[in-house]
Amino acid sequence: MTTHDHEPIEHLLKQALPATSTQPRATLQRDLWPALRQRLEQGGNAVPWFDWALLAALMLWVALFPRAIPVLLYHL
Amino acid sequence: MAALEPATDVLQQFSHGKVDAFESLFRQHQGDVYRWILRIVRDPAVAEDVTVETFWRIHRAHARFDPSRSFEAWARRIATNAALDHLKSTRPETELPDDLPRPPVPDPGISQELREKTAQAFGRLPPKLRIAATLAVIEEQPYQEIAEALGISTGAVKLRVFRAVRLLRKDLQRQGIEP
Repeated sequence: MTTHDHEPIEHLLKQALPATSTQPRATLQRDLWPALRQRLEQGGNAVPWFDWALLAALMLWVALFPRAIPVLLYHL
Repeated sequence: MAALEPATDVLQQFSHGKVDAFESLFRQHQGDVYRWILRIVRDPAVAEDVTVETFWRIHRAHARFDPSRSFEAWARRIATNAALDHLKSTRPETELPDDLPRPPVPDPGISQELREKTAQAFGRLPPKLRIAATLAVIEEQPYQEIAEALGISTGAVKLRVFRAVRLLRKDLQRQGIEP
């Protein structure tokens, strides 16, 4: 199969999915800054739940095995 | 993207985490980033969401930005990754809108049903191949720009396009369609 063989299927593809520049709403219709600012405010101070779970597991581990603290510090 | 490169001092301030500089860059580039993402995701509402996600990633990565390099190219690379993540997270069956946009010059030899089947088959392609074929074949973007946005060589882009078209042909042939 060569790229020449691809021409009919590329034509079909262009007919099925025309370039976005030829479609309505090809340009941005509104300012997205308010949405982004909201995202920044929400995400700026959020700590993922996984980080809290990891911290809790670490604290539990230290409480149960205090002798392991030097090993932990060594690996940090 | 047609926007001019921002002034160096704005880029410096952005790399140091100044929100005013970030907002200035956002306002200058949001339209271009949106258009680039729209070419990939092909849905205006999704393109808006992915644009916000892109600038959120840009903001988080400000410390890694080198002000001596092009902000435009860096933003486009992040936008492409965000759009790719969206395509990966979306099932192919939910990709297509109910009414497909019509081509500006419709080919009378291609029926609506054939267009729909082609669009559905294209939606089933692996996202990495789909992005390359969308940008190269449908949107007719230069291979060099696609390569920079995807972080691969132009040869790799051509290979992905070739594989995409070959897979699309095979999918259509399985349905009894011979383009």
